[in-house]
Amino acid sequence: MGDHHHGPAKGLSRWLFTTNHKDIGTMYLWFSFAMFILGGFFAMVIRAELFQPGMQLVEPAFFNQMTTLHGLVMVFGAIMPSFVGLANWLIPMMIGAPDMALPRMNNWSFWILPPTFLLLASTLFMEGGAPAFGWTFYAPLSTTYAPPSVTFFIFSVHVLGLSSIMGSINIIATVMNMRAPGMTYMKMPLFVWTWLITAFLLVAVMPVLAGAVTMMLMDIHFGTSFFSAAGGGDPVLFQHVFWFFGHPEVYIIILPAFGVVSQIIPAFSRKPLFGYDSMVYATASIAFLSFIVWAHHMYTVGMPVAGELFFMYATMLIAVPTGVKVFNWVTTMWRGALTFETPMLFCIGFLVLFTIGGFTGLMLSIAPSDFQYHDSYFVVAHFHYVMVAGAVFSMSAAVYYWLPKWCGKMYNEAMGKTHFWISFIGFNLTFFPQHFVGLAGMPRRIPDYALQFADFNMMSSIGAFIYGASQILFLYNVIATIVAGKPVSDDKVWEGAEGLEWTVPTPAPYHTFETPPRIDPDHVHS
Amino acid sequence: MSFEAKRLWKLALGPVLILMSAAVVGAEVNQVNMSQGATEVGRDIYNLHMLILGICTVIGIGVFGVMFYSIIYHRKSKGVTPATFHESTKVEIAWTVVPFLILISMAVPATSTLLDIYDYEDAEMDIMITGYQWKWKYEYLNENGENVSFFSNLRTPQSEIYNTEDKGQHYLLEVDEPVVIPVDTKVRLLVTANDVIHSWWVPELAVKKDAIPGFINEAWTRASETGIYRGQCAELCGKDHGFMPIVVNVVSRDEYNDWLGAKQAEAAEIKALMAQTFTMDELMERGEAVYQRACLACHGAKGEGGLGKAIAGSPLATGELGAHLDVGINGVPGTAMQAFGGQMNDVDMAAVITYQRNAFGNNMGDMVQPIDVFNYKKG
Ligand code: HEC
Ligand code: HEM
Ligand SMILES: [Cu+2]
Ligand SMILES: [Cu+2]
Repeated sequence: MGDHHHGPAKGLSRWLFTTNHKDIGTMYLWFSFAMFILGGFFAMVIRAELFQPGMQLVEPAFFNQMTTLHGLVMVFGAIMPSFVGLANWLIPMMIGAPDMALPRMNNWSFWILPPTFLLLASTLFMEGGAPAFGWTFYAPLSTTYAPPSVTFFIFSVHVLGLSSIMGSINIIATVMNMRAPGMTYMKMPLFVWTWLITAFLLVAVMPVLAGAVTMMLMDIHFGTSFFSAAGGGDPVLFQHVFWFFGHPEVYIIILPAFGVVSQIIPAFSRKPLFGYDSMVYATASIAFLSFIVWAHHMYTVGMPVAGELFFMYATMLIAVPTGVKVFNWVTTMWRGALTFETPMLFCIGFLVLFTIGGFTGLMLSIAPSDFQYHDSYFVVAHFHYVMVAGAVFSMSAAVYYWLPKWCGKMYNEAMGKTHFWISFIGFNLTFFPQHFVGLAGMPRRIPDYALQFADFNMMSSIGAFIYGASQILFLYNVIATIVAGKPVSDDKVWEGAEGLEWTVPTPAPYHTFETPPRIDPDHVHS
Repeated sequence: MSFEAKRLWKLALGPVLILMSAAVVGAEVNQVNMSQGATEVGRDIYNLHMLILGICTVIGIGVFGVMFYSIIYHRKSKGVTPATFHESTKVEIAWTVVPFLILISMAVPATSTLLDIYDYEDAEMDIMITGYQWKWKYEYLNENGENVSFFSNLRTPQSEIYNTEDKGQHYLLEVDEPVVIPVDTKVRLLVTANDVIHSWWVPELAVKKDAIPGFINEAWTRASETGIYRGQCAELCGKDHGFMPIVVNVVSRDEYNDWLGAKQAEAAEIKALMAQTFTMDELMERGEAVYQRACLACHGAKGEGGLGKAIAGSPLATGELGAHLDVGINGVPGTAMQAFGGQMNDVDMAAVITYQRNAFGNNMGDMVQPIDVFNYKKG
């Protein structure tokens, strides 16, 4: 072995200065889990207050800070970084590259995150409190009427955007330039495909978000009136700009999850993914459509009817490629030889619940009906079915699936399955009843509610505590595996697993593919 | 069914049963679906909602049916050998085209309902609705005679919200003054806001329209049944977003005309009073009533303060008149002290300021007349 085969440095500097994609991936994953716990804590405060009608624990102003921070931390702190972590670990190993294309930038894009979230969380202790205008921060509530901490919020959003853009450029550069010889685009694993498309989405819309918050900053501090009607501006403009970012953002969250599921379902069905090509095209169509549907979040702002119709039809269209994906996954399972290890359970959970979320999405796309659904708990139920059961379930599946490869030890299967079932029950108990209260007329983002909503809200809160508690089991299982799991030595940890990452030793060495692997030209994509 | 499959069924059945029984128990006492409401548009929307839900349910049964069939019969433990097929252009085309056709069948009724909702023609009356942090203002326009305008505030007392008293039946959905509209009449709603964005939502009238400062949105409703319909603000608008309900009282045309007549008479009376000069006793009497209605909650029965500052001995109430008037009319931004200038008429304002200056041991001896308030507002 040549002496350039060094292992990791020792101590803290290993983590501070590392340019190794595996180290950085690990840090992203742990960081996102920490944020998941923090955001979860905020959610528990919300659900505890909503356990019964009447104000019990917190004041309305603080309640609004909780809903705002919960949304921001979960979307930007938990879900997005978790998939970036996964991309860091897996993309080089899946395409036969030694590392990411831009390793120093990789280090930066991670390390600017923790201070940013520290700053965001510190707004809780500032005078006037943390931002309290919702994760969608509509002006002028977020400008003229915002607490002073909004300036720190704007700064945080800028840095988060910077981090995402750097991460995306890195992924694009890696996938376009560092594939092993023979790894053509149409041979890439779907996880790599979905991330490539996601990275383009991110590079396209993060600057739009930056534009929105910059205009806010100008309105607040420099006397402009982008969003203030009194000065000739337009509050609705804010919503257009925000959702031009916001709708692609929801696909930024879900496309990598689609990728994960497309890797795991074939593995435990022992059968290749059905319709690989159509999966790629469907992903690309979803990405394209996601740019022309943003105003479906704004059906009630008083758009002209022609606009309303355009956005309704375009939104309905998204159901087609989304449907194609679900059909392909189900057909992959059809006549396979299925087993139900924890990753597969989470994928099946994903499939069932995400499909339900897709159905409610289709219902929401119908503009006239949306007049009744909009800003009610029905929308809250919809997006938790797609984001929690979509992104978080698939992330859990990914951790159980690749953890043995990462650390060379097997997790406790019984505990993993228990985690799944408690999550599944807790999740549905929390969010299914929210469809009911939403349809019955309960608005979202309220700290207290009328008596007819009491039963379902209590059910929802109980479910949330169950779901929250199940994540502690998850944390315990992962730590116990790393510390004292049963060692595994097979390269291919799972019988049905396909792909280059399963050809390297277990646990994956610090450096992999320093010489490119040979890709069998006849082999169907992994 | 194999033992494995049975076990799986049992496992899956548990949560499903819990959910279903919860839903059934829930449905008996709780509303679980959208209401058809009291308007034709509401019924159209309901039908649309049920149509899409129905189609989704059928597709869902198909997809989940195939999936659970695989889960039960295509398991490795049954010794099956996995098939190897992995693509079929025909199938892919089929499940792209068929959903597309289904979508068209949804788009047709959706479009027609939407066009209906956007048809503001032939409205028989207009009401201007303005969202304030955190209350609604209603103005009846286009009427012969006096315009009628009033604020509608949450009526639920703090003691119910903070659990020191039992909650009433319409907890959080009750207001001091409901908006009144006649039955079977196309009412055009002009919706706007004074500060941040709010959204006026009454599910049973099938109206949700954002109230946006600087813009006036249109909506309309025609209630076909009399009754009291309740709703809430639907767009996050700050601290008390959860506490600005809407109550619409749909009454027969006769009752409506009576109500409007009374409101107009009241408005005319205020107008007459505005020009009048009052004595100290008159102002004090009226002022006491206004204080008890609008200020007491925060400033205390004896002016001792509470959520608001003490009025008894307050440097403002015993100081220069202009400054006191300013706080009454414009409030103290950033505190619970709101701008009452837009919420009460000049007579009441004059009376309550006079009252504060001459009650609770404050003995200023000066008076404020409605015309003073009027001039102060003019600048
Ligand atoms: C929701 C609570 C609330 C209500 C209702 C309310 N106030 Fe106030 N008021 C306050 C608060 C809080 C302050 C203190 C503002 C500050 O910090 O300067 C205040 C201050 C004042 C002051 C100035 C006192 C001083 O010494 O600085 C006056 C005058 C006053 N209110 C008049 C009224 C009148 C008149 C009404 C009824 C029409 C009224 N307020 C109703 C909360 C209220
Ligand atoms: C079939 C696909 C989908 C369709 C047709 C769809 C449609 C919609 C519509 C119309 C709304 C607006 C509802 C309203 O505010 O009145 C909405 C809200 C939302 N959707 Fe989806 N959706 C789909 C999938 C997804 C996915 C995959 C995600 C993310 C993983 C997602 C996340 C969200 C979020 C976060 C909101 C609420 C945003 C907010 O107001 O806070 N949706 N969806
Ligand atoms: Cu969207
Ligand atoms: Cu509101």
